Amino acid sequence: MSHIFYISAVIAVAATLLVVTRTHTVHALLYLVVSLLAVAMVFFTLGAPLVAALEVIIYAGAVMVLFVFIIMMLNLGRHAVERERAWLAPSAWVGPTILCLVLLAELFYVVALGGGAEAAEAATVGPKEVGQALFGPYVLGVELAGMLLLAGLVGAYHLGRREALGEGAEEGPQ
Amino acid sequence: MLKPLLLVPLLPLAGFLLLVLGGRRWPRALVAVIGVGSAGLAALVASVVAGALFYMPEGQPREFTQTLWTWMSVGGFSPRIALHLDALSCVMMLVVAWVGFLILLYSAEFMADDDGYGRFFAYMDLFVASMLVLVLAGDLLLLYLGWEGVGLCSYLLIGFWYRDPANGRAARKAFIVTRVGDAAFAVGLALLFTQLGTSAIPEIAERATAQWAGGSTLATAAAALLLAGAVGKSAQLPLQVWLPDAMAGPTPTSALIHAATMVTAGVYLIARMNVLFALTPAVQLAVAIIGATTLLLASFAALVQTDIKRVLAYSTISQIGYMFLALGVGAWSAAIFHFMTHAFFKSLLFLGAGVVIMALHHEHDMRKMGGLRKELPGTFGAFLIGAASLAALPLVTAGFYSKDLILARVWMAPTGGLWLYLAGLAGALLTAVYAFRMVFLVFFGPLKEKPSRRPGVAIGIPLAVLATLSIVGGLIELPANLGGRPVLSGFLASALPPTAAEAIPAEGWLQAVAGLACIVGVWFAYLYFLRSPMLADRLAASAAGSALRRFWFSGWGFDWAYERLFIRPYVWIARVNKGDFIDAFYAAVAWAGRLAHTLLSQTQTGNVRWYAMGLAIGAVVFIALAVLL
Amino acid sequence: MTAIPMEHGLALAVALFVLGLVGVLARRNIVFMLMSIEIMLNAAGVAFVVAGARWGAADGQVMFFFILATAAAEVAVGLALVLQLYHRFHTVDADAASKMRG
Repeated sequence: MSHIFYISAVIAVAATLLVVTRTHTVHALLYLVVSLLAVAMVFFTLGAPLVAALEVIIYAGAVMVLFVFIIMMLNLGRHAVERERAWLAPSAWVGPTILCLVLLAELFYVVALGGGAEAAEAATVGPKEVGQALFGPYVLGVELAGMLLLAGLVGAYHLGRREALGEGAEEGPQ
Repeated sequence: MLKPLLLVPLLPLAGFLLLVLGGRRWPRALVAVIGVGSAGLAALVASVVAGALFYMPEGQPREFTQTLWTWMSVGGFSPRIALHLDALSCVMMLVVAWVGFLILLYSAEFMADDDGYGRFFAYMDLFVASMLVLVLAGDLLLLYLGWEGVGLCSYLLIGFWYRDPANGRAARKAFIVTRVGDAAFAVGLALLFTQLGTSAIPEIAERATAQWAGGSTLATAAAALLLAGAVGKSAQLPLQVWLPDAMAGPTPTSALIHAATMVTAGVYLIARMNVLFALTPAVQLAVAIIGATTLLLASFAALVQTDIKRVLAYSTISQIGYMFLALGVGAWSAAIFHFMTHAFFKSLLFLGAGVVIMALHHEHDMRKMGGLRKELPGTFGAFLIGAASLAALPLVTAGFYSKDLILARVWMAPTGGLWLYLAGLAGALLTAVYAFRMVFLVFFGPLKEKPSRRPGVAIGIPLAVLATLSIVGGLIELPANLGGRPVLSGFLASALPPTAAEAIPAEGWLQAVAGLACIVGVWFAYLYFLRSPMLADRLAASAAGSALRRFWFSGWGFDWAYERLFIRPYVWIARVNKGDFIDAFYAAVAWAGRLAHTLLSQTQTGNVRWYAMGLAIGAVVFIALAVLL
Repeated sequence: MTAIPMEHGLALAVALFVLGLVGVLARRNIVFMLMSIEIMLNAAGVAFVVAGARWGAADGQVMFFFILATAAAEVAVGLALVLQLYHRFHTVDADAASKMRG
């Protein structure tokens, strides 16, 4: 069973790497969906079926779909891919790569330093327990998360309106 | 009836405070009532107190001290706010209060058109209060307070019309030059205190005679420093340069401050500290020499001035030179007598000149005046009496009696008597010349400009009173061969030491010589300025004549010399020092701030990726620190 | 099911996080930057779930819940902002919105 974990992990990392290096937006989004699905598999193997399902439904299913809708609305045109390629010259990668390799090294060090924790029980923490935790000690957080979502909703609606910010009858992208 | 002494300086001070509060808003009539009334009430109280002092029964010391409180008590130094009335301060007080009242009455009409009416009376009241504090002070520190107070009022009043920067310059010049003297006075005061342990004037006199032998270095130093202070305030050599420029102030100010009272503060100081000067014959001789040279120098300068007020300014310098001369030879009461008569005729001359100036629309140049004898008859009479008293016209004027007494005493002086006498005599001749030059230029000759304003009652009364005093004022000190009634010196004998050798041999001859000098001077002025003025003009036009005239006109080049000796080097040093290292330090702080701004603002690119990079770098650094440390 | 060592799970989370960070720093397209941020949020969630699974507690999954809710709200608002930016600057270049310079 642990093989599945490692295979999914490799797929997730590879897919993520491809996401950040694609020039075509929709391709990148699709790779991102693959990555999220792989992470959902990882959750399954870790004994967290609820969040695995939520990852698929909400993250891959709603958030990514929202992304796709927005990309389509933007309607960027033919030259978008060439533009992206121009922006992704190797010189743009050097700095971030070095920085992130350093960060990666540090974090791996810190994680390894966490020191030989004994392998715990491979128990599955099911939806029932998570539900009991959510409506028990974490109910306040749940309510706040709900308010956050409401705020996000209102904000997105307001920001998404075109006329409200005095743009009048301005046309879309040229 | 001596208790109300406190009211004498307090009433004008109260007037000042009231006018500071409301002088701008109240109507002119109220301001004039407060301003003139406070001085008038002070004069009345002063008369009552003086009467009480005069009629004190024999046997008691003729003095009265009123200690108000102890000013401070620091390490053995405890000056008291104490008013000390004796014959000397009594005479000074009466003159200051009454002349002050008359001049303020004159200003009520004279300054009526001015916007700063309330301000003027406030300053004048403050001045009268400070001057009264000065003359009534029983403690040297309190005297210094009054000294500084009159200096402040002089500055404020010279620069009264402050919108013209020239007036401000004149005021600053007066203040800075007298400051030199004031600084010396302060050092002398400190010397006296540290050596004698007290600043109360009677105690200083006692302890100085007890502790210091005649001519000791400390006594000489203290006396010389006090002399420097007196020289500054009284505009004597070498600090006389401020007084001619001080004529930029209103005419009543010139009359009160720069003729009758403030400039005589130096004379009062020396007279008050006569014990100290008697201990140091060298310094006393210096007083006489300063007086003699100043009176000659100023007389020559007055001879060629064209501004009527500048003639009177140089005349004041010269007459105070006479007072210094008298003090220098030990004729203390003669000096005070001359102070009194000078206050009368000099303020009369100034007030009369003010009438002429106002009548001719602020015209100061005497060459543009003429023939005002018929147009302003009252003023002509007053001015003539004043000029006659200044010239010391024999027998009929007060000036004759006081100047003659000084000359007689100088003749009798043990050291250098002859030279000092000749200087005084020459000065008397020149005085008569320039005094009547003024009269002839302004009131005789053809009428050049018709006067537009005639004086009213408030101007006429002070002129009349002062003219009367300029005539009869001498009667209180008649010399031995003309009646022998030395009322004033008898009164002053209770406060001032008697002049050595009371009886003056050949007094009649001396009087005749002095009178002759006066008549000759008047005749000279008549010849050169009235009968044939072309002769004077031709003389002045010649090469030597015009050079001499320019030299005398500039006050013997003192301003030119001081400019080059002191002002220019000081300004140069200040300019060079502008970029000194302390300044550079503060400039560097500002520069560093600006540099940091330039550098740090370059990190604000507005670029989101840049900021994200910053976050990432920060995270890397902190985690590294957490891991390593 | 044998337990998976916590270090490996955390290592996965770290790797995903760093990859997301690279994406944020290197890409100029705003949409890609938002995608990379989503990757980073997801990685944080992985870390929480791994930790929760290690202790056999529901807390890890609860935290993932909250992260998920936050990410959803953030994506909604963020994409609305992207739309507004596009309407103003007519480009998805992140460097175009640099008026707060200096």
